[in-house]
Amino acid sequence: MGYPHTPHDRETLVLSRHFGEAEARSLEGWKKRGGYSALEKALHMDPAEIVNIVKESGLRGRGGAGFPTGVKWSFMKLGDGKPHYLICNADESEPGTFKDREIMRWTPHALVEGCAIAAYAIGAETCYIYIRGEFTEPLLYMEQALTEAYAAGLLGTNAMGSGKTVNVYVHKGAGAYICGEETAMMNSLEGRRGNPRIKPPFPAVAGVFAQPTTINNVETLAAVPHILNHGAAWYQAFGRADNPKSKGTKLFSVCGNVQRPGVYEVAMGFPFKDFLYDLCGGPLPGRRFRAIIPGGISVPIQTVDEAEASIMDYEGFVEQGTMLGSGGVIVIDDAQNLVKQIARATRFFAHESCAQCTQCREGTGWTARILERIVAGEGTPEDLETLLDIGWNMTGTTICVLSDSCAVPVSSGIHKFRADFEALIKHKTVHVIPVVA
Amino acid sequence: MDEKMVNLTIEGRTATVPEGTSILEAAKTVGILIPHYCYHPSLSIAGNCRMCQVQVEKQRKLMPACATAVADGQVVHVYAEDALRARQGVLEHLLINHPLDCPICDKSGECELQDYTYQEGRAEGRLREPKRFNPTEDFGGDVLYVTNRCILCTRCVRFMAEKAQDPVLNISERGDRAVIGKVPGHDLTDPWAGNVIYLCPVGALLSKDALNKVRSWEMDRTPSICPGCSQGCNIVLETRDNTVVRLQPRPNHDVNEFFMCDEGRLGYRWMNRQDRVEYPMVRRGDGLATAEWEAATAEAASLLSGRRAFVLASPNLSNEALFMLSRIAKKTGGAGAFRVRQGPEAPLPGAHDLALRVDRAANGDGAALMGLARDDAPLARMQDGDVLIVADEDLAGVDAADAARAGAIIVIGTTLPAWARHAAAVVLPITNFAEEEGTFTNLRGRVQRFRQAKSGPGFTRSSWLAAADLLTALGEPAEYLRAQDVFDALATANPEFAGMSYATLGLRGALVASAASAGAVA
Repeated sequence: MGYPHTPHDRETLVLSRHFGEAEARSLEGWKKRGGYSALEKALHMDPAEIVNIVKESGLRGRGGAGFPTGVKWSFMKLGDGKPHYLICNADESEPGTFKDREIMRWTPHALVEGCAIAAYAIGAETCYIYIRGEFTEPLLYMEQALTEAYAAGLLGTNAMGSGKTVNVYVHKGAGAYICGEETAMMNSLEGRRGNPRIKPPFPAVAGVFAQPTTINNVETLAAVPHILNHGAAWYQAFGRADNPKSKGTKLFSVCGNVQRPGVYEVAMGFPFKDFLYDLCGGPLPGRRFRAIIPGGISVPIQTVDEAEASIMDYEGFVEQGTMLGSGGVIVIDDAQNLVKQIARATRFFAHESCAQCTQCREGTGWTARILERIVAGEGTPEDLETLLDIGWNMTGTTICVLSDSCAVPVSSGIHKFRADFEALIKHKTVHVIPVVA
Repeated sequence: MDEKMVNLTIEGRTATVPEGTSILEAAKTVGILIPHYCYHPSLSIAGNCRMCQVQVEKQRKLMPACATAVADGQVVHVYAEDALRARQGVLEHLLINHPLDCPICDKSGECELQDYTYQEGRAEGRLREPKRFNPTEDFGGDVLYVTNRCILCTRCVRFMAEKAQDPVLNISERGDRAVIGKVPGHDLTDPWAGNVIYLCPVGALLSKDALNKVRSWEMDRTPSICPGCSQGCNIVLETRDNTVVRLQPRPNHDVNEFFMCDEGRLGYRWMNRQDRVEYPMVRRGDGLATAEWEAATAEAASLLSGRRAFVLASPNLSNEALFMLSRIAKKTGGAGAFRVRQGPEAPLPGAHDLALRVDRAANGDGAALMGLARDDAPLARMQDGDVLIVADEDLAGVDAADAARAGAIIVIGTTLPAWARHAAAVVLPITNFAEEEGTFTNLRGRVQRFRQAKSGPGFTRSSWLAAADLLTALGEPAEYLRAQDVFDALATANPEFAGMSYATLGLRGALVASAASAGAVA
C-alpha cells in the first residue's frame, strides 16, 4: 500500500521512501537520511557533466509532457552572459494529482536539494519554487526547509562552501490553475496576469524577466539527487527492458472509487491492472470499475479494458489511447454518472480559462453548459455532434493546451461511453447501474 | 539593403518579404487579407483571437499567421479546408455570447466581426443556452463600452499600455466572464484615448459623440488632413447630407501612424456652421449690399489701387490661398502676417514624433513659407492707410484701434463677424476647409493634400479662387481653373515647393526642400 498506508512490497520506493516520517522534514533528519550529499558532489562537478548524467539517466519531465530533462537543460547556453533562471513548478493543480504535494509535505529538503543541483547545472544562480496558493501546509514546510538550508550555508552566495551562488526562493501562487502552465507561471512570477505567452520565444531563450529559463516539475527535480548519488545506470535499470524511453520511478496519486486511494511509487513499466487491483485494492465492495483517467483530468478517459491492458509508462499509456500525464489516477466506478463527472471537469476548465484565446474562453463555458443541460435531462441528439465539433475547434488551435485539456474528457468520453450520453438524452434521467453483490 | 529577403508561397502566389515578417503581413503584399481581430500593425502581437489561423505545409497544426514568421520555401494555404473550419469555429465562438444586435449597432457596416462572418462564418449558430449578459459601461472621455459586443481582442488594452502609456484598461475576470476592465478612479481621458474606438474591430467601444448619429453606409468618406494643429494627422472626413458627422484617423507612417487625438477628432463642428456669409457684399452707406462676384472683386481692386495691401491671414488657409494672398501683398508693395492660437502640447508617447502640437493651426509653417510674418500682434506691422485684407481671421482679441488705422477693410471669409458688418468695405465669401481642396504644410515641412468633402453654401468660392480673381483684377493675371494649377504655379515660384505637384504628393505627402535636406543631413 502506498502512502498514507504502509508501502506495498511491489512499490519501488525512491522519492517516497521517507513519506510519513516527520523527522525527514528537518535538515538534521534529512541529512541523517543521506541528504545534501548529492548537492555537495554536484557543486564540485562541471555543470555540463551533471547535464550529461541526467541525460543518460533517461529522466523525463514528470509534470505531464514527459520532455527529456537533460535535453531541456542542455538548451540553456552556459556562458552567454545572461542571468539564467530555474523555476520549479510546484503549482500542482491538475485535478486528481497530488504527488508533488506529498514530496513537499514530507521531504521538502529533497526538493531544495534537487532545485539547487539543477540550478547549478543550468548556470542559474536563482531558482523560484512557484508553489500552488492552496498548498498552505507544503508552503510552511518548504519555507522552513529553506530557512534551515540558508542557516546551514547550504544555499546562498557560497553554497556548501563551494564559492558558487545558488539562491532558492518560494513564490506562492494565488490559486489559478493556468499558472501551472510554464509561460503563464513566468508572467505570474513577474507580477503580471497569469496568461500563457505565445511560443516562440521558448523559455530557454526568453523566459522569466526575458532571460533564459528552465521550468521543471517538483517530482523531476526531486529525482535528480538520487540520480547523482547512484548514477545514471542505476536509474536506467528501472523500467521495461524493451522500452528505452521510459526509465526510473514514477509517483502516482490515486483518487476516486478505489479501496486504497493514496500516493504510490512504482518503477516505469508496471502493469496498470496490478496497480489498480493489487496496490490500490480494487473497486469498492459491490462495485465495478467503469472508467479510469490515468494521468490527471486532461488525458483521455480509458475504458476498464484499456486500463487493464495498459503498461504504466509514457509509451504504454499512449498505446492504450491515453497518456501518462501527471500520474493523477482518477478511478470512476459504476455507481457514478459519468456524464456528470465530465460536466464537472469542464466546469472547472471554464472557470480557469485565462480568457485569451477565443475557442477556450467561449468554448469551455459553452461545453460546460451543454453538458450540464444534458445532465439535467434537457439534452438533444444534436448536442453530441456539437460537443465534438467544439472539441475539434478547441484542440491544437490555442496558445496553451488548457482548451485541449477541456476537450479531451468530452471527446474521449463521447467516443468511449456514447451510450451513457445517449441514455441521458433519450431517457432524460440519470443512468446508474445498481449495486451488484 | 542588407535585409535578408525570404521567398514563400501563399495561396499559389509568390511573396518576397524581409526576414522576420509575419505570414499575415506577407499575405497582404500579394493581395490576400487573412482574417484577424487582435492583430494590429501598430501594436504588439497578442495572438489571442485565433482568427488568422492558416495551414502551413509541413506543420502539424494550424498556425496563427500574425505570430508565425515567414520562412524560405514556406507554402501557406489560407483557404485550406481545416483553416476555414477553424476560422468558422472561431467566428461561431465569438458570436455565441454576442448579442447580434447589428440593426442598432453603430459599427454595423464597418464591423470586422460582421464582415468575416458574412465571408466565412456559419449560416446559423448552434447555441441553445441563454447568452451571457453584461451591462454597458461609460469609460469616460468620449468612450462607451458595450460589453456584450466585445470579443476581447485587447487592442484597446494594448493601445492604452503601449501607445498612450496610460494603462487604465485591462482584462478583468477569466473564462467567458471576462470583460475589458478599467482601473477604478481612472477614465479614458488621455488626449489620445479615443483611438481605441477606431481600433476596436467590433461595436464594443463607441464614440459618444457619434453615437446613433449615422449608419456607416450612409456616410461619404473623403481623405483629408486634420486642421486642428500643426502635426497634420491624416484623416478621413465623413459626411452625410453635406454635413460632417465624424472624423477618423487615416494611416500615414510618416506623420501619425494610425492615430489622431481626441481634440482633433472631435473638433469638426465648425465645419458645419450655419451662420455663413453666402454672397459677396459691398458697402453702400451704413450697410452692406449684396453684389455679383465680379462687381465685388472689382470694387476690392479699386480700393487697392494705389495703396498697399496688408494681409492678415488665417494659418488654417491652404498653401494655395496663402500663395495667392501673398502675391496680392507683393503686387501692391504691401506685407502680410498671421498669428497662431496656442494650446498645451500632448504627445502620444508610444509613437514616433506624434503629438497634439502647441500650434493649434494646420498651416502656420505654410504661411511662413509664403513670406507672411508670424506675429502675436499681427496688425502692428500694418502701416497707416494700408488696405487690410482679413482672410478667414476673426480678429478676436485684435486691438480695434489697430484695425481702425486701415484705409479700408476687405473681408475674405467664411463668416461675417459682428465688427465686419460696419467696418468691411467688401466681403468676399469663401468655402471652408471641408468644402475645398488644397494642401497644408505641417511642422516638419510635409506638404499634404486635403480633398473637398462637401459643397459650400450659396455663392461661396474656394479661398484660393477668390484671392486669385482679386489678383487678376489688380492686373496680375492669375486665371487658374483648379487648385492644382495654383499649386503648380507655387511649385514654379517657390523653390521650397520645387518639383512638387498633386500627382507626386499622393497619399503620403512630400517634404519641402529645406526639410528634405535637413532630414538628409540628419
